[in-house]
Amino acid sequence: MSESNGVLVRVENVEKNFQRGSEKVHVLSGLNLEVPDGTFLALMGPSGSGKSTLLNLIGGLDRPTTGSVEVGGDRIDKLSGRQLAAWRARHIGFIFQFYNLLPVLTAERNVELPLLLTHLSKSERRKHVETALDVVGLSHRTRHYPRQLSGGEQQRVGIARAIVTDPTLLLCDEPTGDLDRKSGDDILELLQALNRDHGKTIVMVTHDPHASARASHTVYLDKGQLSLEPPE
Amino acid sequence: MINWLNQVISVSLFNLRTIPERMGSSLTAAVGIAGVVAVLVGVLSIAEGFREAMTVSGPDDVAIVLRSGADSEMTSGLSREEVRLILDAPGVARTDEGPLASAELFVMVNLPTRSTGTDANVPFRGVGQSAFGVRGDIDIVEGRNFEPGRNEVIVGVGAAGTYAGMDVGNTVRFGQTDWKVVGIFSGGSGSAESEVWTDSAVLQPAFNRSDSFQSVYAKLASPSSFTEFKDALTTNPQLKVKTLPHGEYLFEQSSLLTQFIQSIGYFIAALMALGALFGALNTMYNAVSSRTREIATLRALGFGSGPIVLSILFESLVLAVVGGAVGAAAAYFAFDGFKAATINWQTFSQIAFSFAVTPRLLQTAIVWAAVIGLLGGFFPAIRAARLPIAEGLRES
Repeated sequence: MSESNGVLVRVENVEKNFQRGSEKVHVLSGLNLEVPDGTFLALMGPSGSGKSTLLNLIGGLDRPTTGSVEVGGDRIDKLSGRQLAAWRARHIGFIFQFYNLLPVLTAERNVELPLLLTHLSKSERRKHVETALDVVGLSHRTRHYPRQLSGGEQQRVGIARAIVTDPTLLLCDEPTGDLDRKSGDDILELLQALNRDHGKTIVMVTHDPHASARASHTVYLDKGQLSLEPPE
Repeated sequence: MINWLNQVISVSLFNLRTIPERMGSSLTAAVGIAGVVAVLVGVLSIAEGFREAMTVSGPDDVAIVLRSGADSEMTSGLSREEVRLILDAPGVARTDEGPLASAELFVMVNLPTRSTGTDANVPFRGVGQSAFGVRGDIDIVEGRNFEPGRNEVIVGVGAAGTYAGMDVGNTVRFGQTDWKVVGIFSGGSGSAESEVWTDSAVLQPAFNRSDSFQSVYAKLASPSSFTEFKDALTTNPQLKVKTLPHGEYLFEQSSLLTQFIQSIGYFIAALMALGALFGALNTMYNAVSSRTREIATLRALGFGSGPIVLSILFESLVLAVVGGAVGAAAAYFAFDGFKAATINWQTFSQIAFSFAVTPRLLQTAIVWAAVIGLLGGFFPAIRAARLPIAEGLRES
């Protein structure tokens, strides 16, 4: 993934509307955002402000109504569904609020999932999985199923799955939203370490100021517009 | 390609491993499909058994000669002079005692069935002594053969089991004459085991048939002699006959009823399949909706829609084939070898036969199950692949 002028994510004049029955809902209007490479950006805002929608646009899970989304020099709003799936597999690591692990797979099999989309051999995949689980501190829980793990441990598995392909961009949607303070802090520390020590660019949606304080930059989203100051 | 296959296999395995979590609906679909297959196999095994009874032993070196234009022995008629010309034709196997061919006639007699006591039409065939040499595979399993010139009958094992009073030593009344049952035989071709046999020379006067016959069964010198035999008969201006290989004749005789039973079988199975299809659809919609978030997660990670669709179709196929196999096995144990009798409308005679669950039938059943499974999985699979990922991720 190549960055243009050190900017990894560039969102320009993006508008996103949803149709709810006969009503047209404007979620994002004329939004612009640049995320420099290596940034840990917190995206804050009240519920329904469009945080997750923006994250989905950056992650190629959704398309803007108008405007452009460029990530690492790729105009992802122009890619077909199949191209977008392959692009996500190569470049994006997703971390979800509710972990989204597959309950019938062990921790290591969950982490291995994105590697099934690569050409790595079985032994190479195993090596990558071991490394990722080691980074999140779960080397001793590889054969456990999600139901046998605590919330914090499940989120660590989720993070290991997100980083196992070594993506440039990590997108986190309320990663501590389902955790107690202690587990949440551990996860935030882990994210900070990934940013600081491994150079990962992170965009994290949160409405928790305690979480956003761990990020290097924070932007606020309200009524479809971004600002550097929290809304009043 | 490997990558794509990897996706299909891993998502399919994931789907299959979640089946225990949806045991109720999965079982409903599998049982529904098992029911369809069991009924389909059951009904078609009747047709299959009937066809087998008619054709299983049709030898390829025996020909049957009928009057030209006759559909069956019932509507045929041959004079003694015509029979003599047929027996002298080239291609017929010969022994020291003469040509290996049997001029035969048969009449219908009424006999009460053992099971219900109602009368049924039973073919009463008069045969020449060569009939046993022509068929080649007839065994007297009880008692003895009839003696020429006497009012004695032997009874096919199917007829003996089906009709009351057909026991060795009994005397039965056909027409105006009493006949003594002296033996039970097995073998013969087609419906022979459903028939009662006696000497044709005794049957003719007993039923006022003067000196006429209805058919000639001829053993050929070899299967390749058929053309020579047929050509000799059709080019003889004194004869107006048609000649068929025995197997072909038997197949024709059973075709109408076989087709009818098959049509009924497919019709009933199609109706049931429609019900099972909705069951499968329901199961797979349920499977997809209970895993909406997992499927959306896989797609977010980069798994393609194609592998998701295929994996759901695969799951549906597995459920259907398992159900189909259970249904086919149940039908095999319930129906294979089940003895029955029915009337063949083409000859108006009662045919005793056994239901036959053949490998070909089991194969048909599994194909039906697979088609139901694929159709049942198709729409849910498309739905899973089309649901917006962002929406799927929000599902609880």
